[in-house]
Amino acid sequence: MRNLELTREEEKMLHGSMGEAKQKAMEILVALGRIYGAERMIRITSAQIAGVSYKNIGNAGLEYLRHMAALGGRVEVPSFLNPAGMDTEQWEEMGFPEDFAKKQIEVLDAYATMGIQTTCTCTPYLIGIRPSEGEHIAWSESSAVSFANSVLGARTNREGGPSALCAALCGVTPMYGLHLKENRVANLLVHLEAKPENRTDYSIIGLIVGKKAKKGIPAFKGIKPNESQLKYMGAAMAASGAVALYFVEGVTPEWKVSANAEEITITQREIDELKSKLNEADSADLITTGCPHASIPELEEIAELLEKKPVKKPFWICLSRKIKEEAKKSGLAARIEKNGGKLVADTCMVVAPLERMGFKSTAVNSGKATMYLPTMCKQKLIFGRLEEILWK
Amino acid sequence: MEINARVISRGNAVGKAMVSAEPISFLGGVDPKTGIVQERGHPLEGKSVADKILVFPHGKGSTVGSYVMLEMKKNGVAPAAIVNLEAETIIAVGAIISEIPMLDKPEGNVLELLKDGMDVTVDANSGKISW
Repeated sequence: MRNLELTREEEKMLHGSMGEAKQKAMEILVALGRIYGAERMIRITSAQIAGVSYKNIGNAGLEYLRHMAALGGRVEVPSFLNPAGMDTEQWEEMGFPEDFAKKQIEVLDAYATMGIQTTCTCTPYLIGIRPSEGEHIAWSESSAVSFANSVLGARTNREGGPSALCAALCGVTPMYGLHLKENRVANLLVHLEAKPENRTDYSIIGLIVGKKAKKGIPAFKGIKPNESQLKYMGAAMAASGAVALYFVEGVTPEWKVSANAEEITITQREIDELKSKLNEADSADLITTGCPHASIPELEEIAELLEKKPVKKPFWICLSRKIKEEAKKSGLAARIEKNGGKLVADTCMVVAPLERMGFKSTAVNSGKATMYLPTMCKQKLIFGRLEEILWK
Repeated sequence: MEINARVISRGNAVGKAMVSAEPISFLGGVDPKTGIVQERGHPLEGKSVADKILVFPHGKGSTVGSYVMLEMKKNGVAPAAIVNLEAETIIAVGAIISEIPMLDKPEGNVLELLKDGMDVTVDANSGKISW
């Protein structure tokens, strides 16, 4: 078996001379490195840490984060968070439970103590954190991992919340898996007998391929998705399977397919069938979009739709605080909010406690969200393009 | 009998074996208050893993499972030790942060060799399982 070699500085962390928090973090990184056969650690340029919503991590997670902060844990690289369980500014007026909000703030405080930016988003790449091709990072939110690897060509494994935190505290991650170029080879070649035209179509393709690919690497021929469509397709593949990297011929920076790759064809009929299966309710208590978090071009599209016909039901557009601030400055936010949309920052429909807020059915245009809303939020689904769900 | 295994999380433990041929998800799959497996249709459904030498192939599900293991430890219902065939991130990280002794890659098929209720000693300092 190969041995994991540590640098002098990494040895110092492991033996505790750089503090107890780094020691505990390095113990975990070394264990993971040994499990996955890494020969060394690799320096990372950023970390994105999941395990933020109090709904997911509970008291145990909160206690662990507080403990690491109390031991003096401080991050070595720019680090930022996944969405939290609520909008940190308008939780009260939106009806988030107070006991939940209190705990959520404690979670964010613990992360902030460790020097982690409490920018809570699954789309750091929309707010200027765009690692370049070949750059090593340790990200954990599955759709962000997929986007960074596939669309940007950066290199990250699909980290867990705790392992991304450890990487942030030590500034390194074990070099295995998708950090190694030789492992970035597709083993599933996907052909399409369909003409995907919008995010919803791409979402459904993502759901189908993710289920088939599991942990594998799919490669697509014959499609030309834009960035928003890639975001939705990648998120769906990472949710129905554990796809951390995919290629699209002529679109993504990398394209390498194994000679033994399995080949599949997806038809328009399969897409239509899955779409109808994901519609379980006739009317929605809540309409949502922004899974993954919305971009400025997506907000422009929403503003135009709402100007044609305002929305009556509660309509959440989930996004990062930074994009919300930009939309406020440009007047885009006012155009949306005047016609019934609500810009909800820091959180999303999946990690917010919808089940405690009186909602029973939720409409969404994201394939990823359809994987989680029924289980994590006990919601009945309505699924379709924005034009199909806004007035449900 | 004694077999060697790889050390994932250090420590020592003695307890009764509980063996599952199926992977385990701690998030949603096990009640952190009682240690009772609640995943529908799981071979261990309804049984408590508290204080057991828990033997299973590997983890599955969400990485939040690591924090659930820590919560079980705080509630006094964590396994005494864990033996996996092949460790992965969720269980390994959970065992380390919860200070649960853990071994993997045993030199013998523990899913067959160990039976529920057998008295087992896990030495996760030198990497030995004996019964």
